[in-house]
Amino acid sequence: MVNFTYTVWILIIPFLMFILLGLAGHKLKPKLSGLLGTSGLAVITALSYITAYLYFFQAEKIGETFQKIIAYNATWLQLTDNLHIDIGVLIDPISVMMLIVITTVSFMVHIYSLGYMKGEKGFERYYAFLSLFSFSMLGLVLSTNIFEMYIFWELVGISSYLLIGFYYQKPSAVRASKKAFIVTRFADLGFLIGILILSFNTKTFDFITLTDPSGPAITMGSGISFLGLSVMTWSMIFVYMGGVGKSAMFPFHIWLPDAMEGPTPVSALIHAATMVVAGVYLVARMFPIYVLSAPVALNVVAYVGAFSSLFAAVIACTQTDIKRVLAYSTISQIGYMMLALGVSGYGGHEGLGYMASMFHLFTHAMFKALLFLGAGAIIHAVHSNYMNDMGGLRKYLPITHITFLIACLTIAGIPPFSGFFSKDEILAAAFSHNKLLFAVEYAVAGITAFYMFRLYFNIFWGEDTRYHHKPHEAPATMTIPLIVLAIGAAVSGFIPFSRLVTSDSKVFESEIEWGIALPSVLIGLLGIGIAYILYFKKSSLPDKLAATFKYTYKWAYNKFYIDEFWLFITKKVIFRYISEPVAWFDRHIVDGTMNAIATVTQVVSFRIRGFQSGQLQKYAYIFISGAILLAVIFIYLWH
Amino acid sequence: MNTGIPLSYFLILAAIMFFIGIYGFLTRKNLITILMSVELILNSVNINFVAFNRYLYPHKLEGFFFTLFIIAVAASEAAVAIAIIINIYRRFTTINVEDVDVMKY
Repeated sequence: MVNFTYTVWILIIPFLMFILLGLAGHKLKPKLSGLLGTSGLAVITALSYITAYLYFFQAEKIGETFQKIIAYNATWLQLTDNLHIDIGVLIDPISVMMLIVITTVSFMVHIYSLGYMKGEKGFERYYAFLSLFSFSMLGLVLSTNIFEMYIFWELVGISSYLLIGFYYQKPSAVRASKKAFIVTRFADLGFLIGILILSFNTKTFDFITLTDPSGPAITMGSGISFLGLSVMTWSMIFVYMGGVGKSAMFPFHIWLPDAMEGPTPVSALIHAATMVVAGVYLVARMFPIYVLSAPVALNVVAYVGAFSSLFAAVIACTQTDIKRVLAYSTISQIGYMMLALGVSGYGGHEGLGYMASMFHLFTHAMFKALLFLGAGAIIHAVHSNYMNDMGGLRKYLPITHITFLIACLTIAGIPPFSGFFSKDEILAAAFSHNKLLFAVEYAVAGITAFYMFRLYFNIFWGEDTRYHHKPHEAPATMTIPLIVLAIGAAVSGFIPFSRLVTSDSKVFESEIEWGIALPSVLIGLLGIGIAYILYFKKSSLPDKLAATFKYTYKWAYNKFYIDEFWLFITKKVIFRYISEPVAWFDRHIVDGTMNAIATVTQVVSFRIRGFQSGQLQKYAYIFISGAILLAVIFIYLWH
Repeated sequence: MNTGIPLSYFLILAAIMFFIGIYGFLTRKNLITILMSVELILNSVNINFVAFNRYLYPHKLEGFFFTLFIIAVAASEAAVAIAIIINIYRRFTTINVEDVDVMKY
């Protein structure tokens, strides 16, 4: 039996690094603190890879099933004799996979930031926040129980708030960070309610007990129903609401595009590869309950995912800020993962969707981090976020160009890059389960290829825009992560995921279904072709198209007015009909009572303050009169 | 036991002394005189204690001890009070109680 107790250090090291850089960072040289943070992360990356190797290839399997191992556990809050909240480390296939994803991307981002953030004010603060983020995200995936996960879940929210608002002197960044925090926090309210309902009915927080398919927790609570749905379904829907917020699914997606105000490496880390997949991870973690006890909630997962992916893909076609295009493509890809979970069954080949979702999570982390870091290199060179300011960059940024092309081919699902494999599995799972969702995702695959290559052609081909100064390739600290991630994005499709990460931890065989894979490649190529015609050479065609579909284009360009919708809800409905009456009540009734008490006290005290004259003998008169009065009362009147 | 003087005489004396003390306390303006009035009040109480002890519980000593105790306390109290009065005089150049009225609203 392999001993995994050392995995605790995966959490302790980044936390200590956060404390060190946060408290003493300003005394160190910026470069040193950056190197410290990076080396701390290098250590935990190494530990994670060792863990993955030991877990998948060395640890004992019982009958082809990967065991869930509690590497460390301590009781933190003993609520009752049976109900307690623990802090611990859980090792199982998905948590190990997430360890690899998080540490790899985070390590690359750390290295990349050494170049990208060079000379920025608050360099050491930036690295402290990065360490905090790594700590909370790793804690989230290693949680042994849902409450511990909730704690880290909120920590992730905090660190993302801090990182989005890193340029705290920029009003738009401050707004974006507040928006991200409030929107996700609002969604987390649902998560908390879900946790409470769930734990109330199952009497446990522990993931292993909760998700044991033959255990009592699955069937418990299914007898109680509310509005026609069982109480487990309700709790799972509420839990999913938290996932919707963190993963920026419709209708809580509005914070993600704005979060692009943060430094670009942060966007790569948080808003592409790690934090936003927390929702997917949450659903995957609770998956047995979804499948066996709350199939309605699972359908919600599937439809929300499918709708978000289509919706975001359409918006992505019209945006001109390259980071925003990538942000919407993130929403779209995460929609894919949610959908894959939603159409999955439990166990063996039935669990294809689950495996595909995790697979896509893995490959998406690689190629989306690569896209964002590439975008960072481009922005670094051009000093602009807008496509219109770019063009013909392939000559100036050769490494960025090649890696970006690989990422685009990957996300478009062109073999042999990794996106092809994971997307194919998702489409196969959707096809066998729900034809409508399959059709939607099939269309989204085409749209994805189109908008990614629209981006690609606009940036690297087209006319050579006149730049203020010649754009230059980024330094080695920035290009090396690009190359590493490009290799990851290119080859990670060959990882046999069905042998590693499956819904019931049992190994099964899966192969590419060419009947589905071929059409999906074809529609990807079609999307690329359309993008080629429209954007390879500068032409008036795109503008004409936009004019033809004027209203649709305008809708999509304005993100279907979802932001305005939320503004309307908050300002016109919540503020006016709830907040204002409450504020009135507070100001007039609550404050009024307090003010009245204060006024009365003041008036009375003005009246009676003459008693305190400072005249000693007046006091004595009063005192003696009182004493005599009391004497009279006690002697003559009291019997 | 009975020495000829009845208990009530002592009590009347104590009461007279007590009210003389009260009167002085309320009417005199000089702080020293006020202090003297306080001493009168204390001594009237002492007389009560001694008299009651002698007449009611002749075999016990608590009343006498109390008296001694009060005398000791009164001595220290007088010392503190005079120290305060000296300080008041330094500060206000008067010991008229009506002029020392800064501790008010």
